[in-house]
Amino acid sequence: MNDTVTASTQHLSPETVLAQMKKHGVTHVVWLPDSETNWLYLLMQAEPSITLVAVPREGLAMSIASGLAAGGKKPLVLIQNTGLMESGDSLRGWLLGMEMPVVLMVGLRGWTRHGVTTDTAAVYTERFLNAFNINYYLVENDADASRIDVAFKEAEKNKRPVAILVGDEYHGFVSK
Amino acid sequence: MVNTADMLKLFAKHRGDAIVVSGRGGKHWINLSDTALDMPLGDPAMGGHCGFAFGLAMALPHRKIVLFDSEGDLQMSLGILMTIAEQKPDNFYHFMLDNECYATTGGQPVPNAKNVRYDQIALGAGYPRAFAFNELDGFSKALPEILGGKGPVFAAIKVKPEVENEAIGNRKKWRTRSQVQVVADLRKELQIA
Repeated sequence: MNDTVTASTQHLSPETVLAQMKKHGVTHVVWLPDSETNWLYLLMQAEPSITLVAVPREGLAMSIASGLAAGGKKPLVLIQNTGLMESGDSLRGWLLGMEMPVVLMVGLRGWTRHGVTTDTAAVYTERFLNAFNINYYLVENDADASRIDVAFKEAEKNKRPVAILVGDEYHGFVSK
Repeated sequence: MVNTADMLKLFAKHRGDAIVVSGRGGKHWINLSDTALDMPLGDPAMGGHCGFAFGLAMALPHRKIVLFDSEGDLQMSLGILMTIAEQKPDNFYHFMLDNECYATTGGQPVPNAKNVRYDQIALGAGYPRAFAFNELDGFSKALPEILGGKGPVFAAIKVKPEVENEAIGNRKKWRTRSQVQVVADLRKELQIA
């Protein structure tokens, strides 16, 4: 990895996301890899203040995050929209029902700003979040980083999960 | 098969200052202890007790966390065993009550109810220690060893089914605190901001 990386204005860089995690004191990332957020893996792995907790199915992330939050830690759930939809009942019971201020960073598979959205994973994501009355923020590039900040603050203020929808796929680190 | 209430009475003598996530044993445990270190959550969402208790164990590494899971819950989220085994929380004590059925929905059998070796599954997933008990006597003898060693440790216990056929709305409410209050009480007790 090149240590002279810089933030891109065209894409969402992993450094930007990690900086937001650190700013808000994230202690654990409970995750299942996906193509929208895999760029974070190497940086998270190298970050001593964050513990990575891998799960084999996304619904498990909700109860784990609930237990971490109950014990005073600051978990972030990092999953794809497909897994978010799989997690419905766990999300309802372990995060919403227990008023846990957990941020869900969700890879928005199938997202197309300018095209016709044919991937049903993307078609149903916002509808799913609306059904659960979970607020969400779309983040596509570094210029949107302030929305990550808003999501963390909103989750804490309202004692509810808030989602960040990542509408950008892996493109590597951007070097100077 | 073991009577759940008797098993919990026995466990209570060895509990020390452990935090107890009472799970499916909750309606009996609450008659033995309902302090800030007890977490009678009822059933926020089936399959999640283990994840919650595991998360709590990671958050509070200096406190012993005891979970009373069920085989129905664990079958629903079996992959959690791999995650726990990878993280190796040495303060996590995972007891699983196996009544071979979904007792709260009328007693229908769980898949392959009588033939699953949960202790072997836990070992295969990577738990360093796992036990299985059919009778209270064996459990009683092994309990000091289970709780005296490091976690994560798994213990499957065959328990007598306590089948409920009453409509959910007509069942006696056994919890005295809301789920949110249970968490708030723990955090206050442990002075978690």
